Amino acid sequence: MASVGTVHSGNNVNLKSEQSVDTPQRFSLPPKPSVTADSSLRFKISGLKVSYGPKEVLHGIDINISSNVVTALIGPSGCGKSTFLRSLNRMTETVRTARVEGDILLDDENIADMDVVKLRRRVGMVFQRPNPFPKSIFDNVAYGLRINGHKGSLSESVEHSLRRAALWDEVKDQLHKSAYTLSGGQQQRLCIARALAVDPEVLLLDEPCSALDPVTTAKIEELLFQLKPSCTIVIVTHNMQQAARASDFTAFLLEGRLIEYQPTPKLFTTPADPRTEAYITGRFG
Amino acid sequence: MTTTDLAAPAGNGFTGVWRRLRNFDLGDSVAYSITLLAGTGIFILVGVLLVELWLNSRLARHEFGWKFLFTSIWDPIAQHFGALPFLYGTLVTSLLALIIAIPLGLGTAIFLVELVPAWLSDWLAFIIDLLAAVPSVVYGLLGIFVLVPIIRSGVEPFLQSTLGSLPLFQGPAYGFGFLAAGVVLGIMVVPFIVSVSREVLLAVPQEQREAALSLGATQWEAASQVVVPYARSGIFGSIFLALARALGETMAVTMVIGNDPSIHTSLFASGYSIAAVIANEFAEATSTLYIHVLIELGLILFGLTFILNALARLLILATVRRGTVRP
Ligand SMILES: Nc1ncnc2c1ncn2[C@@H]1O[C@H](COP(=O)(O)OP(=O)(O)O)[C@@H](O)[C@H]1O
Ligand SMILES: [Mg+2]
Repeated sequence: MASVGTVHSGNNVNLKSEQSVDTPQRFSLPPKPSVTADSSLRFKISGLKVSYGPKEVLHGIDINISSNVVTALIGPSGCGKSTFLRSLNRMTETVRTARVEGDILLDDENIADMDVVKLRRRVGMVFQRPNPFPKSIFDNVAYGLRINGHKGSLSESVEHSLRRAALWDEVKDQLHKSAYTLSGGQQQRLCIARALAVDPEVLLLDEPCSALDPVTTAKIEELLFQLKPSCTIVIVTHNMQQAARASDFTAFLLEGRLIEYQPTPKLFTTPADPRTEAYITGRFG
Repeated sequence: MTTTDLAAPAGNGFTGVWRRLRNFDLGDSVAYSITLLAGTGIFILVGVLLVELWLNSRLARHEFGWKFLFTSIWDPIAQHFGALPFLYGTLVTSLLALIIAIPLGLGTAIFLVELVPAWLSDWLAFIIDLLAAVPSVVYGLLGIFVLVPIIRSGVEPFLQSTLGSLPLFQGPAYGFGFLAAGVVLGIMVVPFIVSVSREVLLAVPQEQREAALSLGATQWEAASQVVVPYARSGIFGSIFLALARALGETMAVTMVIGNDPSIHTSLFASGYSIAAVIANEFAEATSTLYIHVLIELGLILFGLTFILNALARLLILATVRRGTVRP
């Protein structure tokens, strides 16, 4: 798979736009993404391998994810995007056959050594299909607060989260109605509000717009932009326009390997790897 | 069929007839008739049953009227009959059974779905389903030879020494009585609750669990606060199935309840149930009135089951309307 201009999946891929991808660097040199003021790294991932039973689906991923930017993961379906995302908050553990190897450091602490409840509180997740609980709108948002022993005003926090998810104005008069009375796009924003309520440092979104119409999709993309100052965002999408519009960095995965990882404008205009180019121009996947 | 076939107006000469012939599906209409027959058959059966019960209890109804339900005298010699002791026994033992079976059955179902590997869960569920198929007379034997001695020498003395101030746990410990019947019934209906609840818990989308877990819920919190409420109406269903079974159970109850037509607050005392008295006394019912009384008891049991089921539906509807159950 090695060819000129390709980032070997075994190497560490850093995020310097100036830096040539032909000379990958080690973690010891923190990258300085030019896109954002906050240049610290949130996740440092090395040698990440995930298998389901005997089948290995991620074959050693090395990637660093910067704070307070939107990082998009693209790639054909089945290439392991969801698996990668779910390993970041150890949701892989809900699959009994899943085995994870390698190191995932969140703020320099290995997540494997962390209390999983605390980890998931810090790393929130939004799923492909809106999955509100069969409870009221209010109780959906309050759920995470309640189980985490929230102190202070519950209704203030709920309102704050709904505002951050740009849903407050639409639901403020019906907080005690069932979440199922909302439209699909509202439900997805409710799920975002629910995840935001526990004030996570990282928000993982797995194709959050794949079931939504373009108008709602635009709203959610706008929302991601507004969340950036307070949250690190990793979004999986199969929609390349969305990755191009909404993200600062884009990682391209293919068959369980990281092929290319670049600032988004660069990846979409001058991809270094021919496979990336083939994918973004729609020649496969 | 080609597009021209489809486009041809119906009954248009040869093409029309040909099309209708081709559309006529023998399998479909046979299946339709059979299901229709089966469907109406059930209603006819229930109707016939009700009419029979109604007609053959008329002497008792005329003799005692509504008073029958509130009279606690049962004296076949003097031809004085009241249904109250049996109603009481049926309700108390069924209630006891649910008090025992709901936590046990629901806990087992949650355990099987949320905590045990799938293959083991399937095996355990299979064994539990087998328990539901054990004849009730076997449960009765289990009651007589295992539970009643334990209750007499262990449970009842213990309850008396700890909760003896309550009228529920007073009097001599016979072993046979309401408590024994409730326990046997509880054990009998657990498999129903487990079996149905497990199915509905399995049907809860994985995304619901993941949503809870991703917010930092523990496995137990996700199960008890998200998965179980999601499956709530199905779990109610399993409970009412169990209740219906408990209300009508005859053999196991009559073997351990003591068969004494009287009302006691103490659970240690002997009692009787509707189903048990019908089974026991039908053969020796000498007068027509006596027979009609027993049949009226059957009618009451029928009505009781019906009413409780209707209440169950209302309960489910009420929770749905509160907007907290899935659409
Ligand atoms: N729970 C699972 N059990 C077994 N294999 C799985 C499971 N989830 C995903 N896979 C497999 O892992 C591979 C990657 O899946 P996934 O991460 O969902 O890809 P993507 O999100 O990119 O479509 C696929 O081949 C898929 O079949
Ligand atoms: Mg996916």
